[in-house]
Amino acid sequence: MEIIYERPESLKDVRTHYCAGCGHGVVHRILAEIVDELGIREKTVVIAPVGCAVLAYDYFNFDVCEAPHGRTPAVATGMKRVRPSNVIISYQGDGDLAAIGMAEIIHAANRGERITVVFVNNGLYGMTGGQMAPTTLIGQRTATTPMGRDFRECGQPIKVCELLSQFEGVVYAARCAITGPGNIIKGKKMLKKALSIQLADLGFSIVEFLSACPTHWKLTPREAVQYIEEKMVPCFPTGVIKDTIK
Amino acid sequence: MTEKRLMSGNEAMAEAAIRAGCRCYFGYPITPQNEVTAYMARRMPEAGGVFIQSESELAAINMVLGASAAGCRSMTSSSSPGISLKQEGISYIAAMELPAVIANIMRGGPGLGNIAPSQSDYFQAVKGGGHGDYRQIVLGPSTVQELVDLTVCSFDLADEYRMPVVILGDGLLGQMMEPVSMPGMRHVEIKEEEWVLSGCRGRAPRLLRSLILDPGDLAAHNLHLQEKYRRVAAREVRFESVFTDDAELIVVAYGTPARVCRAAVAACREKGIRAGLIRPITLWPFPREEISRLASQASHILVVEMSHGQMVEDVLLSAEFRVPVSFFGKAGGLTFHIDEVIRKMEKTNQKSKIKNQKAKSKKQKHKSKP
Ligand SMILES: Cc1ncc(C[n+]2csc(CCOP(=O)(O)OP(=O)(O)O)c2C)c(N)n1
Repeated sequence: MEIIYERPESLKDVRTHYCAGCGHGVVHRILAEIVDELGIREKTVVIAPVGCAVLAYDYFNFDVCEAPHGRTPAVATGMKRVRPSNVIISYQGDGDLAAIGMAEIIHAANRGERITVVFVNNGLYGMTGGQMAPTTLIGQRTATTPMGRDFRECGQPIKVCELLSQFEGVVYAARCAITGPGNIIKGKKMLKKALSIQLADLGFSIVEFLSACPTHWKLTPREAVQYIEEKMVPCFPTGVIKDTIK
Repeated sequence: MTEKRLMSGNEAMAEAAIRAGCRCYFGYPITPQNEVTAYMARRMPEAGGVFIQSESELAAINMVLGASAAGCRSMTSSSSPGISLKQEGISYIAAMELPAVIANIMRGGPGLGNIAPSQSDYFQAVKGGGHGDYRQIVLGPSTVQELVDLTVCSFDLADEYRMPVVILGDGLLGQMMEPVSMPGMRHVEIKEEEWVLSGCRGRAPRLLRSLILDPGDLAAHNLHLQEKYRRVAAREVRFESVFTDDAELIVVAYGTPARVCRAAVAACREKGIRAGLIRPITLWPFPREEISRLASQASHILVVEMSHGQMVEDVLLSAEFRVPVSFFGKAGGLTFHIDEVIRKMEKTNQKSKIKNQKAKSKKQKHKSKP
């Protein structure tokens, strides 16, 4: 009999704490599969963010380091400079990356740090109870935008990949939606490319995952997937946003 | 020992760090420690190390966190406002039990203050400027040579106890030039110890974290840290005493003010005042026992600081109110002149004499009652 589907070695055989329909679990799975496929498990270190993915170290079967909220790219920078042959992955949520950690991500990108960023955009702060993030859509209701996000009060959703694409140090930036299998496979290809870029020592790479948070969106998992496609994708277009080594 | 070179405190500290095996330096410009960043920018690549001018002090301390987690001797330096920004990272480094060296070349505060020398960050350094129950070793050099020696020592202490070590100097020390002899270049390998993150080749995956959700587990982690701090407190106290054996008036000072006080103590001795100086070299752990011992011998303690009274609280705690403690301080960038310290010492001595006489005659009166 041929095995066509099994748990990647890079993922521990444990249950995660993620809510039903949460995108983090899928992103973990994709990342673990790629790490296995590239044969880099023994040299990978993930920097886990402060946010729902803070417990990523319970799930990944390789080295993990925690970082203060938003400082993940700075910690990744320090590590990568000491051990350039390690694969360093900065795993971040949208509050972590685009609010409190905006300075760190911009400057790591601009320096062209040889790190890969896994950016999970769920449009709000999951861990603290669904508050507004810089990526929250206009009109979206959150714990801190009870009437919906008003751009004159809170600005526009920040398009991180587009923003970072301006820097020469950024070699690859791509966005995908964690919706159906087709899109998930696309996202996996993107992340594989991003990690290959780090392995080739070419520069900074980032993949953004539009990812559901049914709990705080107050939707069922099925509705949440629809929400990504109908509401998020028009604001955050999916696809390769920058690729200088096509 | 090599022959002596004339160097500023800031540059001497940077060179000493490199010779101690520091191979990662991350910093953000701020006066009066800019010479450290500039020196490292030039020297670190020569030594085969990493220099990054970070986007902020927040980034710098977290780069230290990452580099240290990867096993490299790492350092950052700044001055007061920048050190405030580093506090979050220092708390994480303490919690994650990582070695790190942080130099604070203190300037006048609060707020932006000024760029003149100060010792106003003593509380922040010694009591733990970040959140949570943690400690850091705090070293208070008073000459450029001592700054060099303690810089080398700080990396050894950080590695031995896996905790942050702060070099607490004032702007004067950073800027002044003095002849120093540098230690030889030490070859220090990137660590491969059992806690270092290097990829899990041939071993189980490792984790460095400070999040411990279970209250029982976090309580145990805290007890573990406290046990370590007790070990440090028992083993690492350093101080210098000058003429304390028979001293009635004990001056306590650290850093550059201690130099003025040393001269003032010598001058007072010539005037017949039995004065002595205790100069804490480790500000944490504080030389509590020695000051406590002297408190039962001396009749008065005088604390001299470039602040409005910070170390004096530790002296009070050590002396346990068994002896009067006076304070002479100023902040904002003003330094001490020897004459004013001598005057203050004379006054203090006079006061305690009068007080002692009064106490004696009171006792006698009581005795003479039928
Ligand atoms: C300095 C600091 N500020 C605030 C917090 C509280 N906090 C924890 S997670 C979080 C938001 C995380 O949101 P996001 O990055 O979007 O990740 P998600 O939980 O949605 O995956 C906040 C504000 C913290 N831990 N540290």
